[in-house]
Amino acid sequence: MNKNSNMSILLKGILLENPVFVLILGTCPTLATTTSVIGAIGMGLAATAVLICSNMVISLLRKVIPDSVRIPCYIVIIAGFVTIVQMVIHAYLPELYELLGVYLALITVNCIILGRAEMFAGKNSVGKSALDGIGMGLGFTLALLLIATVREVIGLGSFAGIEIPFLVDYKIEFFTKAPGGFLVYGIMIAVVYKLTHGKAPYKKEAGCKGCPSAAMCSGHSCEATAKEDI
Amino acid sequence: MDTFKSLIVILMSSVLVNNYVLSRFLGICPFLGVSKKLNQATGMGISVIFVMVVATAVTWPIQHFVLDKFGLGYMQTIVFILVIAALVQFIEMALKKFLPSLHKSLGVYLPLITTNCAVLGVTIDNIGEFNYNFIESLVNSLGCGLGFLLAMVLFSGMRSKIEDSEIPESFKGLPATLIAASFVSLAFFGFAGIVDKLFA
Repeated sequence: MNKNSNMSILLKGILLENPVFVLILGTCPTLATTTSVIGAIGMGLAATAVLICSNMVISLLRKVIPDSVRIPCYIVIIAGFVTIVQMVIHAYLPELYELLGVYLALITVNCIILGRAEMFAGKNSVGKSALDGIGMGLGFTLALLLIATVREVIGLGSFAGIEIPFLVDYKIEFFTKAPGGFLVYGIMIAVVYKLTHGKAPYKKEAGCKGCPSAAMCSGHSCEATAKEDI
Repeated sequence: MDTFKSLIVILMSSVLVNNYVLSRFLGICPFLGVSKKLNQATGMGISVIFVMVVATAVTWPIQHFVLDKFGLGYMQTIVFILVIAALVQFIEMALKKFLPSLHKSLGVYLPLITTNCAVLGVTIDNIGEFNYNFIESLVNSLGCGLGFLLAMVLFSGMRSKIEDSEIPESFKGLPATLIAASFVSLAFFGFAGIVDKLFA
């Protein structure tokens, strides 16, 4: 498959470069909002909207923004879109706004969005960046949905708020709490690694490529870490 | 005395009960990334405490005396992230100029803190969710930072054990780390009732 064909840009976000299971970006919202299926879908779609918009705008401005100040510029663009999404959700879906709480504002510092801006949108055309945003966003949403389904079905005996007969009598509340989140996420990554064996190379060392802060630290802090390890 | 008691309660609850990393999932990236070695974990933790307290000291007055006064509350996210980014840069420059020895040990961690969601999270929480006054906000930020340091240091000890153990191939690396984090987080659940009983 041609590496740069539009279809593969769209699909790689969902499978081979899934931001949650393979690139290991955006761990904070992944763990925090997957206690319920509704919250996970809301968070996923909100982040997708921000991701598509910011990817397109950053791609449009990639020749205008000077290289040395690109990170602050990206952050301002992203924060702008996050504010818009916050206001829309507050106005039309107040219950979801309450449910997501501070995590909605924290989409600003979600590593996926800054990471994609840095890794993809800053170097590619508008159309491709939009596709990348859609693919990554859908991959993020699906991954969140998967984790939330496991946690809600086992932890609360329900799916999207609808109680499942029988399971509801045997709730394991551990899974809706913080430790359950870490546990399910860890097992999921291991399962995805097993299923895509060899094709998910980022699992062990995401390195500077997967780190949105890499541009700011110019690699010296991670390099220092890497050197000490050797 | 009552104010002092309430400050202690805020501090204890943000260090132990509502630990930012282990129960609210903020700042997971540095928690997983920089916790391999004890000295790095300590350096990162101390830098986070420092930035959190300074960021709160700056953003709280901005929210109450500028944004609220002029009806610009919706600008909160943009203004806060810019203030934090600028502040981190400024702290780095100031340390480099005046305290080069401290800069040498903490400087490498500072740029990583700009996009740390725990810092933005604590500044927003102080105003939104908890609605603390200025002193309470500072204490809460200090507590969150201390909680972060505590989690990092405990976890770095745990990780050095994992490095030496036999793990199934698929679980090597991050999955094992996350499952270990689950156990540390479970241990922190033991603190759940401590705050209510503190002055009972």
